[in-house]
Amino acid sequence: MAIAPAAYDSKVEGNIIISRLDACINWMRKNSLWPMPMGLACCAIEMMATACARFDIARFGAEVMRFSPRQSDVMIVAGTVTYKMALAVKRIYDQMPEPKWVIAMGACASSGGMYRSYAVLQGIDHLLPVDVYVSGCPPRPEALLEGLMKLQRKIDLERAIYDQKKELLEALS
Amino acid sequence: MTLEEAASKLESQFKVIARTDFRGEVTLELGLVQIEPACRFAKEQLGFDFLADLSSVDNFGDEPRFEIVYELYSLISNIHLRLKARLSEDHLEAPSVTGIWATANWHEREVYDMMGIRFSNHPDLRRILMWEGYPYYPLRKDFPLEGKPSDMPEVAFSEPAPLAGGPFVSVPGPPHIADREPRARHVGED
Repeated sequence: MAIAPAAYDSKVEGNIIISRLDACINWMRKNSLWPMPMGLACCAIEMMATACARFDIARFGAEVMRFSPRQSDVMIVAGTVTYKMALAVKRIYDQMPEPKWVIAMGACASSGGMYRSYAVLQGIDHLLPVDVYVSGCPPRPEALLEGLMKLQRKIDLERAIYDQKKELLEALS
Repeated sequence: MTLEEAASKLESQFKVIARTDFRGEVTLELGLVQIEPACRFAKEQLGFDFLADLSSVDNFGDEPRFEIVYELYSLISNIHLRLKARLSEDHLEAPSVTGIWATANWHEREVYDMMGIRFSNHPDLRRILMWEGYPYYPLRKDFPLEGKPSDMPEVAFSEPAPLAGGPFVSVPGPPHIADREPRARHVGED
């Protein structure tokens, strides 16, 4: 089917941007990452500081802390994951709608940290696919924001349509 | 009432196995059967209205192996008295003092959780820190720090933690620390 050449229209001129659908979807996703604040230890205090006025996570569109996993995009695992809590974290993650991401905030969530003991899961990546690890014990708010920006850059590179809308693409072709 | 008066009153009423005085602190060791009446006496007659702590000790290799420690405090006379009782591994059951001090409830649950000492007449003897069904008692001396594997489907699981020579120790020498440390990754490796 031949595409009809767009006629010159003074009403819409300057109001149209041509882009890829992937780029648009990723742009929308990465700038409205609603976090699921999985605060389990002292890292949660730094996470709260990140949300407060001085550091203001709202600058990156992630200020909508959702305490329901069903409305959130990124789980910030902030703190020590004990074995007793581990499957509860997994259960919450399982209830988050796709697409979803995970930030392991701090040493404990990343590797068990200083808790090499019988009670602590040695890194949440034993249970969940982690996208960004933030180092620190606990990390400063700047570090969490840097982790968030890393995740935004990662989302920017995703092939949103190709990877996540395979059925739609097959139906169209 | 001074600490000395309280201690001697308790000694006259109950059979004290051993008394230790150390830097102004008095510790009385009693037989296990005497602990509950002694605690009641201490609260009702001597004014020890506050159970500051209830803990346990594992003297691994000794007989009797376990020890329960009661830290009593009187908010009326500002004195602190310590009671102890020993338990053999064959009969790990102590009388509960929840009827005397309500705060003993969670302390006794912790002792049960960490050491496996049961308390008779406890109103709600469940584990408090580990999950129900965890098969070990982690504060015992013969339990390794790195833990043991366990699995309760749908509830919790546990795996031994990599200690690499010690909980806070990095051992020098090969292989490279990045290879030994759990999940340390090389730059550029995914």
